[in-house]
Amino acid sequence: MSTYTDPYAASRETTEGTVFSVTGGDWDSLVTEIGQAKEERVVVNMGPQHPSTHGVLRLVLELEGETVTEVRCGIGYLHTGIEKNIEYRNWTQGVTFVTRMDYLSPLFNEAAYCLGVEKLLGITNDVPERATVIRVLMMELNRISSHMVALGTGALELGALSPMIFCFREREKVLDIFELISGLRMNMAYIRPGGVQQDLPAGALAKIRATVKDLRHSFKDNENLLVGNSIWMKRTEGIGYLDLAGATTLGVTGPVLRSTGLPWDLRKMQPYCGYENYNFDVITADTCDVYGRFLIRVNELEQSLRIIEQAVDKLEKLEGAPVMVADKKIAWPAQLALGGDGLGNSLDHIREIMGTSMESLIHHFKLVTEGFRVPAGQVYTAIESPRGELGAHVVSDGGTRPFRVHFREPSFNNLQSTSAMCEGSMVADIIGAVASIDPVMGGVDR
Amino acid sequence: MSSDNGMFGAQGTGDTSGYGGLVPTAASSGSSQRPYGSYFDSVTDDLERAYPDFADAIERVVVDRGELTLHIKVSRLVEVSMILRDKLKFEMCLGVSGVNYPDDKGRELHAVYPLLSMTNNQRIRLEVSVPDSHPHIPSLVEVWAGNNWNERETFDMFGIIFDGHPGLTRILMPDDWQGHPQRKDYALGGISVEYKGATTPAPDERRSYR
Repeated sequence: MSTYTDPYAASRETTEGTVFSVTGGDWDSLVTEIGQAKEERVVVNMGPQHPSTHGVLRLVLELEGETVTEVRCGIGYLHTGIEKNIEYRNWTQGVTFVTRMDYLSPLFNEAAYCLGVEKLLGITNDVPERATVIRVLMMELNRISSHMVALGTGALELGALSPMIFCFREREKVLDIFELISGLRMNMAYIRPGGVQQDLPAGALAKIRATVKDLRHSFKDNENLLVGNSIWMKRTEGIGYLDLAGATTLGVTGPVLRSTGLPWDLRKMQPYCGYENYNFDVITADTCDVYGRFLIRVNELEQSLRIIEQAVDKLEKLEGAPVMVADKKIAWPAQLALGGDGLGNSLDHIREIMGTSMESLIHHFKLVTEGFRVPAGQVYTAIESPRGELGAHVVSDGGTRPFRVHFREPSFNNLQSTSAMCEGSMVADIIGAVASIDPVMGGVDR
Repeated sequence: MSSDNGMFGAQGTGDTSGYGGLVPTAASSGSSQRPYGSYFDSVTDDLERAYPDFADAIERVVVDRGELTLHIKVSRLVEVSMILRDKLKFEMCLGVSGVNYPDDKGRELHAVYPLLSMTNNQRIRLEVSVPDSHPHIPSLVEVWAGNNWNERETFDMFGIIFDGHPGLTRILMPDDWQGHPQRKDYALGGISVEYKGATTPAPDERRSYR
């Protein structure tokens, strides 16, 4: 034991053995003390406050030397009780909650939830085509912004700084489009049961076209930085190995599953939102490793751009078409318009409910305070989020509020494979493996 | 199903404004009749052929909104799952979602398992129910290892005990948490927070959302 007290690496005796609290700084005394310990086995807590664990993820590592013998994940640090809260709000308000689950792919959460509610209502085929195309457009833009964070932070965590700067620059361009269309950059609650919250503003399609061109050009910067880069490949090739059998038994989906060579993409296999009408390829790799997952994400960007271009073409033909279901018993009554004091209810609508039609006022009031009723039953709707199968199990008791909403979060299930990927590897490779799963703790914990 | 008070105290229906006078419709508890449509007939036929005890183990077959649900006796869950995985190629279980129906006496807690067959591109759903007084369901971790965390989450949120689970502990809530938050009798909020001496009133003393 050390003869002096090290303020940075204090130790104390517990029933489990000596516990060192390492806060950075002077590591010398820690190394000396561990060297004196009889036991070879060291248990290290990595996180929950650790810059490379992708959020508040705690990894309990058992080490022998630099080899990891056991990995356990500690989650729940970002548990927000969204699934509980949602039962106390009406169906439309639920969108505002689910959008905050996986905060990097809010539009996917909204889409999965709304598709579930629409299926319960039996209005899946009544959602206007323009709304569906806008959903696809927004989801694919969101896939790009999400993959940008996955690639940027993944590279950053492995020590490559420039890709992070480039990726966040590109992500910003996508978030600008979100802001233009929905008013918010994240957690926009834009997709609503029955359609979308509002139509695209003037000039949005032109801006998207320009941005797509811009992004396609800038993605090359990133590719040139990392694809084939020998240092990057040494850190990622053969790391975080998980094959098809492991992936299916662990319920792993998304890029991690596709890195085993299986072209499983719900957009192709079980199309929703009219994905069968778009041309795009499912990207796979056969390496089962971090590098394969990295390549899949890089190449999926181009596929998303292709879908966005096709969606923009469709939207140009659908100019002026409705974006909310025609049934006034479900469609949110607000008719948004830009006034002198910002976005609000249109003056025409205010005039109608306040001045001319008592029934309209009652209808507006009932729908806003009480919401619409959803026939009793349960559905499970699954969509392909940037991280894999995002499923919404939505149960209604016939009331105006969800009876139970459970999200099958791809981050949650994929994170389980950390142990399978990392045990037996080196400590440094855990970071690459976790980054390749791309867990978002808001989604894991909900 | 349950009947709730309105958001501002209205009694009886889920009508938050209190002026609707509408009553929630109860979920149908009957079985669906053949033909089920889609691939559901062939899936049930295949299961009947591969599993001789089908009639005894499957309580109800429900086809609703284009989705097939097999209601299974709790004691037969693992057997049926094994057959579904090995013979019918449902390689993936997408977790388990608990639902608490306090008014469904004797079967208050339901566990719902969405299954996916990537080989046949099919989806079905298994559902089991247990009483509040004896919330034990056999674990499916040995069938689909990926259900490990999902079962821990359902235990954490609903108090359903998955027998045979390799380490059934809380996963999202702190280890020493009291109660299971997603149950219907667990009030929203009211958890005291240590913040500069501030206190949180109990749920029944605050503005009610129900």
